[in-house]
Amino acid sequence: MNSLILAVVGVGMMMAGYLLYSRFLARRVYTLDATFRTPSHELEDGVDYVPTNKFILWGHHFTSVAGAAPIVGPAVAVIWGWLPAFLWVTLGTVFFAGMHDLGALWASVRNRGQSIGSLSARYIGARGSRLFLVVIFLLLLMVNAAFAVVIAGLLVSTPTAVIPTWGALVVAVLIGQAIYRFKWNLPLVSAVGVAALYSLILLGDRVPVVLPETVLGLSPEAFWIIVLFVYAAIASVLPVWVLLQPRDYINGLQLFIGLGLLYGAVLIFRPEVVAPSFNTNVPEGTPGIMPLLFVTVACGAVSGFHGIVSSGTSAKQLDKETDARFVGYFGAVGEGLLALGAIIATTAGFRTLADWEEVYSAFNEGGVAAFVTGGGSILNAGLGIPTSLSATILATMAVLFAATTMDTGVRLQRFVVQEIGDVIGVKLGTVIATVIVLVVCLGLTFSAGADGSGGMIIWPLFGTTNQILAGLTLAILAVMLVRKRRPVLPILIPLVFVLFISVYALIIQLGGFLAEGNWLLLVLDVIILIAAVWVIVESAVALNRARTATPEADDEDERDSVVTGGGSQE
Amino acid sequence: MRERWRAFSAGLHEFYVAPYRRTFARARRDEDDLFRLLVMSEMLGVPNPASYYTAELLPVLYDGFHDWHRRMGMERSPLENYRCC
Repeated sequence: MNSLILAVVGVGMMMAGYLLYSRFLARRVYTLDATFRTPSHELEDGVDYVPTNKFILWGHHFTSVAGAAPIVGPAVAVIWGWLPAFLWVTLGTVFFAGMHDLGALWASVRNRGQSIGSLSARYIGARGSRLFLVVIFLLLLMVNAAFAVVIAGLLVSTPTAVIPTWGALVVAVLIGQAIYRFKWNLPLVSAVGVAALYSLILLGDRVPVVLPETVLGLSPEAFWIIVLFVYAAIASVLPVWVLLQPRDYINGLQLFIGLGLLYGAVLIFRPEVVAPSFNTNVPEGTPGIMPLLFVTVACGAVSGFHGIVSSGTSAKQLDKETDARFVGYFGAVGEGLLALGAIIATTAGFRTLADWEEVYSAFNEGGVAAFVTGGGSILNAGLGIPTSLSATILATMAVLFAATTMDTGVRLQRFVVQEIGDVIGVKLGTVIATVIVLVVCLGLTFSAGADGSGGMIIWPLFGTTNQILAGLTLAILAVMLVRKRRPVLPILIPLVFVLFISVYALIIQLGGFLAEGNWLLLVLDVIILIAAVWVIVESAVALNRARTATPEADDEDERDSVVTGGGSQE
Repeated sequence: MRERWRAFSAGLHEFYVAPYRRTFARARRDEDDLFRLLVMSEMLGVPNPASYYTAELLPVLYDGFHDWHRRMGMERSPLENYRCC
């Protein structure tokens, strides 16, 4: 199989999904109305509620939802062969992710821009919002732990990425200063920033930084993990304009450049896919494809985190309700393209099947490092960029994705910890709350050993939690549609599938953790399992209630939310 | 051409500021609230040596006063001579 065919078929499927299926959803299921007065107009305040051009909003939405997860998940999942990962990413984007993200936007817009947390309280029940808090806390915990391991692994496997990774922080700080302190022209600052970043990549490629076998008694991976968490903690308490904002911005630009380079190289080079379509010779210890494939690839196929972004910020800025189709559905397509790029890089970027099998020698062994190696060789062959430099570009891209998510994740988790403190009557300051987050995350990361491998063991657990969150959003959509007596099967089938797969995967993983005697992950698994069962029960009750209730008018949810004083609780 | 460049520049600016607009607005509001508290401290029973100067600012702060006391959890204005609702 030629990778160009894979790219063309994959992109074609996702574009067809956008042109045909999203049109069906927009017209028949969500019945988007261009004349509906969206919250950005009704509650316009220049802060949260601002009518925004749909292309710019798509840019925000896409860069907010895209992170390292659509690279890591597919890069791990191709161990079962390229075809299952390809089918789950493409069909998942079309029938799950696009529908979910568009639906989350629609639900929030119809409820004065309320977040998924508020909507779960309203449509699933009061317990729904508490459930949401539990799930979001676990999700952030796992994101931080897993991404720290991903970055540390890349810094060790690709030492040429060390200078650009840390140098990007200096570039971001300078961008922030140039814009806020010196009021410099943004296009100029952007051009200089991107040029500086790529100069650092060139420098890093010439000067690799390899740590000795032990640093302060720690392995290089463990050392980088600790440094990363300390950095993320400092970044999370700094004013956002100093680091987080310019870092997100430069990372957004990098995302578009990286995607363009990868697909451009595939178009020119057209490498053969060397990995088998179905891998019947999986390494020993690889878990079964069913159900693990569907939780290993979460972002890129379906992700509950997108619902948080859709209802948290995007819905408040939607100019017209009909723009939701482009912003929500096409935003999911963007993430699907990133996942497809990862599949191509990790299956077509090797010379022979033996080379590929050598990299994929065990479950979790290939992963994002395979993306860097494979993608690097495609960039080299397609665009003539030297192999080492290509690998450095892709490693830096993956690290920046993971690091920006980690910065924000630590910050958000600190807020959650402070909220929990408020609930139990303890006032937690910024520093104390950040230290608590740090200790919990480090505890999880090092739960499976001193090398920090615990962060990657939980990857499928992260996928499960993310999909339970997606299940919660889908349950809200289903209840809304049943109340209105609209077609509900396009939501109900994915909802049942996602929850079934999540519970199935959790039970399988439970057995694994029990056999390993990994009590920390076992307890985490049990908590998530309880949350999953909770979502199923609450959803079933809410759906039954909606089915037997009197049908409601199209704008009834909106009127209700006015009466109950709905608004963002973020 | 110039129009297109201007639109591009505006779009890029929006791309930069929008994700953190809420954070900045909240920080600005917190700062304003603190300033309002300082200006009104005398009226709230807290001695303020600078009240001779800050009193001049009271009319300027009147516009946002209603939102402020609601935000502070007071349904009605706490000041007898400062009525807004």
